Amino acid sequence: MSVATIIEKCRADDRAALIGYLPVGFPSVEGSIAAMKVLVESGVDIIEIGVPYSDPVMDGPVIQDAAVRALAAGVHLTDIFTAAREVSAAGAGALVMTYWNPVLRYGVERFAADLAAAGGAGLITPDLIPDEAGDWIAAADAHGLDKVFLVAPSSTPERLEAVTSQCRGFVYATAVMGVTGARASVGEAADALVSRTREHTDLPVCVGLGVSTGDQAAQVGRYADGVIVGSALVRCLTEADSDEQGLEALGSLARELADGVRRGRS
Amino acid sequence: MTTTSNVPAYGRFGGFGGRYVPEALIPALEQLEEVWRKAVVDPEFVGELERLQRTYTGRPSIITEVPRFAEHCGGARVILKREDLNHTGSHKINNVLGQALLTKRMGKTRVIAETGAGQHGVATATAAALLGLECVVYMGRKDTERQALNVARMRLLGAEVVAVDNGSKTLKDAVNEAFRDWVANVDTTHYVLGTVTGPHPFPEMVRDFHRVIGVEARQQVLDLVGRLPDAVLACVGGGSNAMGIFHRFIDDRSVRLIGFEAGGEGVESGKHAARFSAGIPGVLHGAFTYVMQDEDGQTVESHSVSAGLDYPSVGPEHAHLLESGRAEYRPISDVEAMEAFSLLSRTEGILPAIESAHALAGAMKVGRELGPDAVLLVNLSGRGDKDVHTAAEWFGLIGDDGSPRLPDDDGAKGMGVQQ
Repeated sequence: MSVATIIEKCRADDRAALIGYLPVGFPSVEGSIAAMKVLVESGVDIIEIGVPYSDPVMDGPVIQDAAVRALAAGVHLTDIFTAAREVSAAGAGALVMTYWNPVLRYGVERFAADLAAAGGAGLITPDLIPDEAGDWIAAADAHGLDKVFLVAPSSTPERLEAVTSQCRGFVYATAVMGVTGARASVGEAADALVSRTREHTDLPVCVGLGVSTGDQAAQVGRYADGVIVGSALVRCLTEADSDEQGLEALGSLARELADGVRRGRS
Repeated sequence: MTTTSNVPAYGRFGGFGGRYVPEALIPALEQLEEVWRKAVVDPEFVGELERLQRTYTGRPSIITEVPRFAEHCGGARVILKREDLNHTGSHKINNVLGQALLTKRMGKTRVIAETGAGQHGVATATAAALLGLECVVYMGRKDTERQALNVARMRLLGAEVVAVDNGSKTLKDAVNEAFRDWVANVDTTHYVLGTVTGPHPFPEMVRDFHRVIGVEARQQVLDLVGRLPDAVLACVGGGSNAMGIFHRFIDDRSVRLIGFEAGGEGVESGKHAARFSAGIPGVLHGAFTYVMQDEDGQTVESHSVSAGLDYPSVGPEHAHLLESGRAEYRPISDVEAMEAFSLLSRTEGILPAIESAHALAGAMKVGRELGPDAVLLVNLSGRGDKDVHTAAEWFGLIGDDGSPRLPDDDGAKGMGVQQ
């Protein structure tokens, strides 16, 4: 099922959807799935299940660190299917975020089939632009999966048109020029980018990069259809003294963010 | 990858290449391609680049025939293209001057670069000093330690050197960090990518800036020998010096093109950078090409005595030359490369870069295969000054504390007076 349905439901409640990122496999596969369930219980609408990758050029230090530790702990690509199944069963949208080479290695068509079978909604592809995505677009279309491509503050009208015309589910607007990680303010570039993107598509537009607090979620939720939070959630786990403490911090931040998107437009 | 016709898709060599980068960088790549394509047909740009090559780099670089070394190559004639004599000590300056001039044309004020052995970093720092650009060079922590001299050179030239502590702490991690910087600062910053990989248009553009190597060498060999060489040999890390010398010979079907990868401790040991022996096609750093990776698509760390060849991927045009059968690629082990390093030093008085020593070791093999009638053109892509410490340790000429060790000391080996 496309995550667009979930975002529409949030829109009917006059709020932005909350989308939370966690990498599978940190602190362990089971531990990461437990953490994803905590997010769902705390009011996160869609889970972005991250595939840890050896060369994450779009990620800042927090997510890099989690990826290195997840890989060292022995996570495998197929673990995301387990996570997608469990997240989906817990009632949230299960969207996978992955760099392209792991999918390419697994086989694009095979990956799409297995993801769909596991109840996954689709893929966010940070280093795959639609121009290079012919195989993925065909496989996603065949299996009814969401194709979430990214737009950036640097995107020209031509690029916005080209990218949004290939998206399904939503369009991922990167709030700032840079890598993932919390920032003091999300800035006006995001608002402007969302407006520019809406000129080219009726799809929901969700904003990611830099959001870490309930207030920021409220602010971004006023103009975006979804608020995406990654590093701030991951840090709850990577900086915790114990797994229990990590889950507690994670739940607390997720509730703050969920409250943020709910009061954003009131 | 779905290309089935004979006409390569946009930005591809056969099925290889492409543009696998975050959307945020696409406008910068489009701008770069537009400015570059206009510049190379603009007499002002072409003239300025040629002037710098002549008056700054020292082009054309000479060729040197090396008969005493050639005695160890089955008696074949061996001719070296002396890119080591360029200003800054390697071929890297050819590309960097071109990209630095483009940086000015794009109105950008800051350049960043990745470096492995430090040669590309030094060249970028040099061009930045020459043209008044701010310069930051990313270098894996492990490489800053084994190439400390080049770190000092870059800093003396006014560049900031950032040691990268992520991943394997080598070249691939420096590239990741450079991409992260570029995404955040693309308005003011050009990424001077140092080899023939990365997203389009880098592989084609960097090759074209190095193409002068083969253009000069082809004529120089014709003038000296009266015929084309039987084989052109070069080491292949990312593959820029190899593409530079190969490209002019691609249509000379009688000329074999042979690239030598870092075989490290042996391909069977797993500790190597022989992408064409052990890698499979995949995506790394923006290009679809051969990548050393595990069954989950995670990049496998490479190993080599040579920092400049210690990279788990390779330029996409090389992948195409391999699959089309036009070029061949072979691994050279650390031991073989260091033997060739020592041999060229002692027989010809030329200290090669350890990277280039892989091509010299290749010449020793290919020469023995082809025999005394053969003419081999070898790209001596860099000089070995930066490698003196590594080589001195390898041959036991200095102790662990860096103090000199005399031939009659315990532990001293090789390179001694008895030879």
